[in-house]
Amino acid sequence: MKENVLEIKNLHVQFPIHIGTVRAVEDVSLNLRKGEVMGLVGESGCGKSTLGFSILRLLRPPGHIASGEINYHGRDICSMPQKELLELRGRNISMIFQDPLTSLDPLYTIGDQFLETLRTHEKGIKKKIALERAADMLKNLGISPNRLHEYPHQMSGGMRQRIMIGIGLILNPDLLIADEPTTALDVIVEAQFLDLLNELREKFELTIMFITHNLGVVAQASDRITVMYGGRMAETGTAEDVFADPKHPYTQGLLASVPNIKLEQPELQAMPGAPPDLVNPPPGCVFHPRCPHVMDVCKQEVPKSFQANGHMTACWLYK
Amino acid sequence: MKNLLRYIIARTLLTIPMLFILLTIVFAVIRIMPGDPVSAMLGGHAPEKVIEQKKEELGLNKPLIVQYGNYLWQVAHLDLGTSMIFKQKVTSAITDKLPATIELTIFGMLVTLLVGVPLGAYAADNRRSGKDYLIRLFGIVIYCIPVYWLGLMFQMIFGVWLDWFPVAGRTGARVFVSTFEQTGLYIIDTLLINDWAALWDVLMHLVLPSLTLGLVLSGIFIRLTRANMLDVLKSDYILAAEARGIRHFPVVYKHGLLNAFVPILTMMGLQVSLLMAGAVLTESTFSWPGMGRLLLERIYLRDYPTIQGVIVIFALIVAFMSLIVDIIYALIDPRVRY
Repeated sequence: MKENVLEIKNLHVQFPIHIGTVRAVEDVSLNLRKGEVMGLVGESGCGKSTLGFSILRLLRPPGHIASGEINYHGRDICSMPQKELLELRGRNISMIFQDPLTSLDPLYTIGDQFLETLRTHEKGIKKKIALERAADMLKNLGISPNRLHEYPHQMSGGMRQRIMIGIGLILNPDLLIADEPTTALDVIVEAQFLDLLNELREKFELTIMFITHNLGVVAQASDRITVMYGGRMAETGTAEDVFADPKHPYTQGLLASVPNIKLEQPELQAMPGAPPDLVNPPPGCVFHPRCPHVMDVCKQEVPKSFQANGHMTACWLYK
Repeated sequence: MKNLLRYIIARTLLTIPMLFILLTIVFAVIRIMPGDPVSAMLGGHAPEKVIEQKKEELGLNKPLIVQYGNYLWQVAHLDLGTSMIFKQKVTSAITDKLPATIELTIFGMLVTLLVGVPLGAYAADNRRSGKDYLIRLFGIVIYCIPVYWLGLMFQMIFGVWLDWFPVAGRTGARVFVSTFEQTGLYIIDTLLINDWAALWDVLMHLVLPSLTLGLVLSGIFIRLTRANMLDVLKSDYILAAEARGIRHFPVVYKHGLLNAFVPILTMMGLQVSLLMAGAVLTESTFSWPGMGRLLLERIYLRDYPTIQGVIVIFALIVAFMSLIVDIIYALIDPRVRY
């Protein structure tokens, strides 16, 4: 088995607010192996983006990591001094965001933003060399190097997202956290972007955490999948296993709710109920109020992870 | 670059209709103002014939439209008429006083920006901390203080008790203005002849008036900068910059403050008129021989041509500053040029 790039152990992330504490991430443990793409799926507010942000300790106050470990090649990010963390960001771990239209500073040219990143991490690098490296990167992304002198507003959304990823990869990090990178793009640009990501992944030997709510994208892009619900992990396994044979009732419901173009089902299967309140989560399994297979134990005890057909599922059905 | 040049030319041309409107408003306001300049000059009991004669002399018996035409014609020739009280060209009275006001307002604006913008940015960066509350409190209190009262307090504390700075005028008794006066901007004049002692004297005289004028307006800039910074610091590119490992200081000030500065600049353009109004009060408090004092003196004397002239100059300054602000705006924000 390949070595782990990232190991998350029993991570808890909380946001204390005036009405109580939002438990955005509860007891999440997962590993990212070298070279794989881990798809993190779930509905809005399930904690998937919060998990992504906590890896770089980018949580906005009052959000904070309450307990747990995040090990990057064996170094614990949670307890790392600020200086070390700043070196890690951008150099070892990069992150790209949902909205490419607002992720680049509008007042600086693309070249300036490449330059700033390079100069921050490689002190004393010559401007000419830095710009050459940026130009090479743009070529990799299929963008003309002349564009370095242009401003973000002169480019399309798809181009800006490619530039974001280019700035993210300019220092050769081995881990990329992509937080809904295609959500703001239309389907054609999305497909191009996913192809590019695949290409870059091989070229740069990247390990990727791909956060999305789009099941189609995650199926296409990921080796393994983790499904999150209410801040907790519901199911994790290889993409094939999880899609072919979902075990957790939430995953089953999620897959059933994807519209089918062949119209095998006359109506969309919508899941009843609403996502849980993370300030006062239901006791036991967070999914039990919406679960069609709910049992007594589900209302009392939080399910552990059980092995079911080759992948892990946090559900009492598989005890 | 070509776009920038085109923008600047277009913006400059747009100033012309703006000036035209401003001049028209000044003309109208002076005519609507209560009181009759002729009876003000001659007293209420002057014989009818003398009044008619004076009106003729001043051109006030002509129809409004002709007066308006004459006025525009004069202004276009940089002629603002002759004072009714003193036999003196209005333009020469103004060129005497204008440099003093320019010096005062430039330094006032500097104080406003140097105090308001950094404090506001710092407060936003340390949001909800004790420092933040303290800075905000300072901003509100200083804005509520009347200019002349702050001026009096400064004169008392720094001028009389501590005796650090002079309390009135532009120069001290031992400095002879005639030895260096050329442009009327004393800082430049003293620099031109390398008279360091005089320069020091001029700067010391500027301290209290420009602090008074600048601090009062800095309150607005503290609040404005803080609010804009808070918005900007929430944006994605700030988060993205942090995610790339950029240090806190450049994230907040290079990316944050520069983006927040665009609306602040707009406000600066609008504040120039407040600055002028503040200058009138500051000049009176500090016996500063500038446009504000000239305006006030001539209002008491009902010297209409001079009043009109001073207001025209104030309007020109405001129009000119808004042009400058728009050009700086385009230099900072590339999106403005298109």
